[in-house]
Amino acid sequence: MIRQAAKDYAERELTKDVLERYEKCEFPAHHIKELGKLGFMGMMVGPEYNGSGMDAVSYVLAMSEISKVDASVGVVMSVNNSLVCYGLNKYGTEEQKEKYLKPLAGGECHGAFLLSEPEAGSDATMQRTTAEDKGDYYLVNGTKNWITSGGTASTYILFAQTDPEKKHRGINAFVIEKDTPGISLGPHENKMGMTSSDTHSVMFTDVKIPKKNRIGEDGFGFKLAMKTLDGGRIGIGAQALGIAMGALEKAIQYSKERKAFGKELCHHQAIAFKLADMAVKIDAARTFCLKAAWTYDQGLPYSVESAMAKLYAADIAMEVTTEAVQIHGGYGYVKEYHVERMMRDAKLCQIYEGTSEIQKIVISRALIFD
Amino acid sequence: MKILICISNVPDTTTKIKFADNKSFDTTGVQWIINPWDELALTRALELKETTGDTVEKISVVNVGLIDAEPTIRKALAIGADDAFRIDAEPKDAFFVASQLAEFLKKESYDIIMCGIESSDYNGSLVGGMLSELLDMPSISSVSALNIEGGNVKINREIDGGSETLTSELPFIAIVQKGIAIDPRIPSMRGIMMARKKPLNVVEAVESEALTEYVSYEMPPPKAACKMVDAENVKELIDLLHNEAKVI
Repeated sequence: MIRQAAKDYAERELTKDVLERYEKCEFPAHHIKELGKLGFMGMMVGPEYNGSGMDAVSYVLAMSEISKVDASVGVVMSVNNSLVCYGLNKYGTEEQKEKYLKPLAGGECHGAFLLSEPEAGSDATMQRTTAEDKGDYYLVNGTKNWITSGGTASTYILFAQTDPEKKHRGINAFVIEKDTPGISLGPHENKMGMTSSDTHSVMFTDVKIPKKNRIGEDGFGFKLAMKTLDGGRIGIGAQALGIAMGALEKAIQYSKERKAFGKELCHHQAIAFKLADMAVKIDAARTFCLKAAWTYDQGLPYSVESAMAKLYAADIAMEVTTEAVQIHGGYGYVKEYHVERMMRDAKLCQIYEGTSEIQKIVISRALIFD
Repeated sequence: MKILICISNVPDTTTKIKFADNKSFDTTGVQWIINPWDELALTRALELKETTGDTVEKISVVNVGLIDAEPTIRKALAIGADDAFRIDAEPKDAFFVASQLAEFLKKESYDIIMCGIESSDYNGSLVGGMLSELLDMPSISSVSALNIEGGNVKINREIDGGSETLTSELPFIAIVQKGIAIDPRIPSMRGIMMARKKPLNVVEAVESEALTEYVSYEMPPPKAACKMVDAENVKELIDLLHNEAKVI
């Protein structure tokens, strides 16, 4: 029922304007609001904080159906659920939950996750944004890069360095309103794909953050970032899975309609075999994602499972979407047929929230240091 | 006011229909849904509840079906119905279903009863009319709009060349057509969670007979390619229509 609800919304509503929004780089404000009302923006937060009280398996199913049609909406949903609500829900104070988590989980507004910097992507320990401890507040200066929903979010989860001597143990995490004085936005990034989601750099100039806005103990920030990204991988894995599912569906449909050399493409073994390969990859990715989600739900360690899910799903999404374009031939190169958009979308899955290379580090470390 | 929606459990409209030995519908792999017309009726009932203050106090759904119909009934609860009843019997034919619903309605009182004008599986368009006869209750068919104004119902129905506006005493049965509501509701996550706790009451079926029996099922002939006949060649056209298509 959960999966069907997401599927129905995606097919009925997201398909209406997805191409237009991508072309115009327009944020899907109306859809985020509607998905918020349906309870998709705070799926794993309890009802006491306006969430839907569901498990990660349900989240994966919903994420894949939404992303199947529109990966931009998928990423906004994923960031809000996995990167923003997660930290507040697990480690926030009661006051932070009341003030920030409730509206975020309830879908009244959405959040952004500010970790990456111009000089710190994969190496997140190199935080140059500073949060000086000034007694009853922190003074923040610095720049954050590649922030999804940087311009449209109301709430930020921000990471900054308080004590460089302690290296990564000196990093803190904060929850703040986007319109706090001293915060300014860089221009909207003109991206390869997921263009309906807004991405900005965010600058902090002498921004004062009250002590009570710090999440967790002093120096907990880096750990929070890593724990958050571990779970975020499940969401992005599901997003990549959805993109691949969408591409395969389009490819099958096209191959049934298009004729060449006297028969439909799907009756040519070359094409049929491609479709079979795509289906196998998608099913494997789905199994990975559901396994990671199930492991998470059981309260078991899930870092390796989620890394594998994201790594594999993102890689096959790239393969499946490329093949889908190929199956469409010339039509696949044209925006109207969706698959080229899906291919451009899929690329980002291999990069953000931990590059495929980082996932391999996570997995190999678990193998070597067992 | 209390509203009851009679819902049918039908195969999803994209199902590839198959029959076992031409004698019974093969249900392997079928996805089941609320009959689309019934779903629109439920949507309208929810809209009325949301827009008329306290006038609508309860929306119930009732289904004649076996336990495998329960996921579909739960969806109706997830969409927003307050409670549900399942009359435990296989829906053998329209008269059987109407008889079961009539007995149910003799025990439970509702002001407005809604059914879809047809179900997407058998498209019989029978239950609503039969139900009203069995209960000796007014019914209006092809209802495309239903409003509640000051405790009275205002109904629109499509007729040749226009639309008729009517009212009725309560209780009455509205047999609804497309247009009664525009978009069926997507259940919210909260609705889905609450559906698990809302009452789904199983009611014993009463003695009743089916008046019809399905003897066999046959698939329609597969679509053949279109034969193009030149506009001047009327002789060939007549020949084909007479000898091949056998329609003249």
